[in-house]
Amino acid sequence: MSTFVFIDHIDGVITKTAGELLTIARRSGEVTAVLVGNPGVGAKAVAAINSCGANKIIAIEDSTIDNHPSALVAQGLADLLLEKGATTFLIPSTARGKEIAARVAVRTNSGIITDAVDVTADSIATQSIFGGSAVVHSKVSKGIAIITVRPNSVEPESQPSTCEVEIISPKLNPTKVVISNREPAKRGGRPELTEASIVVSGGRGTNGDFAPVEALADLLGAAVGASRAATDAGWYPHSHQVGQTGKTVSPSLYIACGISGAIQHRAGMQTSKVIVAINKDPEAPIFEVTDFGVVGDLFAVLPQATSAIAARKG
Amino acid sequence: MKIVVCVKQVPDSWAEKKLNASTKLIDREGVDAVLNDLDEYAIESALQIVEANGGSEAGHSVTLISMGPERATEALRKGLSMGADDAILISDAALAGSDALATSLILAKAIQRVNPDLILCGTESTDARMSVIPSMLSERLELPQLSFAGEVNVSADQVSIKRVTDEGVDSMGSPLPVIVSVIEKINEPRYPSFKGIMAAKKKNIEVLSLADLGVSADEVGGVGAWSLVNDFNEQAARSAGVKVVDEGAGGNALSEFLAEKRLA
Repeated sequence: MSTFVFIDHIDGVITKTAGELLTIARRSGEVTAVLVGNPGVGAKAVAAINSCGANKIIAIEDSTIDNHPSALVAQGLADLLLEKGATTFLIPSTARGKEIAARVAVRTNSGIITDAVDVTADSIATQSIFGGSAVVHSKVSKGIAIITVRPNSVEPESQPSTCEVEIISPKLNPTKVVISNREPAKRGGRPELTEASIVVSGGRGTNGDFAPVEALADLLGAAVGASRAATDAGWYPHSHQVGQTGKTVSPSLYIACGISGAIQHRAGMQTSKVIVAINKDPEAPIFEVTDFGVVGDLFAVLPQATSAIAARKG
Repeated sequence: MKIVVCVKQVPDSWAEKKLNASTKLIDREGVDAVLNDLDEYAIESALQIVEANGGSEAGHSVTLISMGPERATEALRKGLSMGADDAILISDAALAGSDALATSLILAKAIQRVNPDLILCGTESTDARMSVIPSMLSERLELPQLSFAGEVNVSADQVSIKRVTDEGVDSMGSPLPVIVSVIEKINEPRYPSFKGIMAAKKKNIEVLSLADLGVSADEVGGVGAWSLVNDFNEQAARSAGVKVVDEGAGGNALSEFLAEKRLA
């Protein structure tokens, strides 16, 4: 087995998924960490990757590689995976990760499994589908096992290493796509939605006022999510939408505030470990899946809960 | 300008979905089949682009392409009643169980027959939710791709979009021909009018087999699949836990619950 892991990073600062994917990959033996970016990215990230642990670190560096979200990255990766005889390739299940994986699968004529929540030593992927109502075990049967892994699926364990980074600069066919402007998302100090271990979400019941939702989220170090009703109304950015047509999250704790819990929404959060809901309507379907529900007005319940937790934390 | 929109018929996204024990595929029996919600945004985008550029009188057309069983014509009919001009359905018994690699291979062959200037897709289907087809088509057709568009502008031979993802908002463009996938915030898909529904009954849906596309049966379907389901099991539904009615201390009760579970 030769497992390659795609190391996600922002300007050379690796994201939380790196440690998670390396932890999964180590189960099958030899692990090569690959990162892709502008010249210098390898040197910048090598220490952080070593602190997670890998047997080899390769940086594909090219000053044009960020000219397309996925096409050039996939070219460099596919050639590397074929040349090195990779048997498995793990990449985070983000919008961009899935695009890269899709392209690598076609370029290497390999099977692909998306949104795995776990991968065994022999590359059998576990997926939780239909909002957690079924668990599926699948295997790639042709080529390299290309598997996208959901953030937050495993607890990262570190096994520090001392590799040097091998830098390669392959020749890439240019893309016709031109990126004229970039506005990186403002992180606002909150964790990324799919990576967060706690998510506090607001829905129709917030009436557009997310202040109490955000206050509790900030106290808990949580990410803020929103239902489709809330994002459709323009109350919260689309990128925060949890549900069938938005993000799937699986945190340790999910707090749904003023969200009725239609199947559309539940499909995106039902695999959370503990679910709490606050809703005025005692018949709201969200209460069918909650471990703890409060029937009440979120504008009364949330501030009280927030100050009680703050008082307890001192 | 010729526009192709790739669409899929899926089980109603509001229905509970299950896997079939013997085929290990999604159970499509007994569930209403509908046009994938997310594809409606792509159809609406195509129609708006045609309308903004002089309509069909100016030589613009919208062709829907889908792969699926015979009954997928119903989903295509809905897209035609929204205003698309015609449709192609690739339907063949050997396609059952096809994975994303096979689907992208088939769609790419069908798109090549039409030779469009612009290919539009939704971001994903609400059943499989893989979100890989647009990128696979870009590779198979060797065409540039603009994805996750929250805004699309077409002028002469150039397309520009605003890509909206977690990472931020990027403005990017490409010459035609190009593949564009659109997010659900891009527009408000129209409801078919009565006139549109009547007109759609007369519109042509061309049904193609594998042989028509020159693809052999062993490249696709369950036989040719690049990945296989080993096994699956249904999870017990989550059961409802404690529910308290707020009579002034609901927030405190919530705080205590979280403390007990060591979550806050």
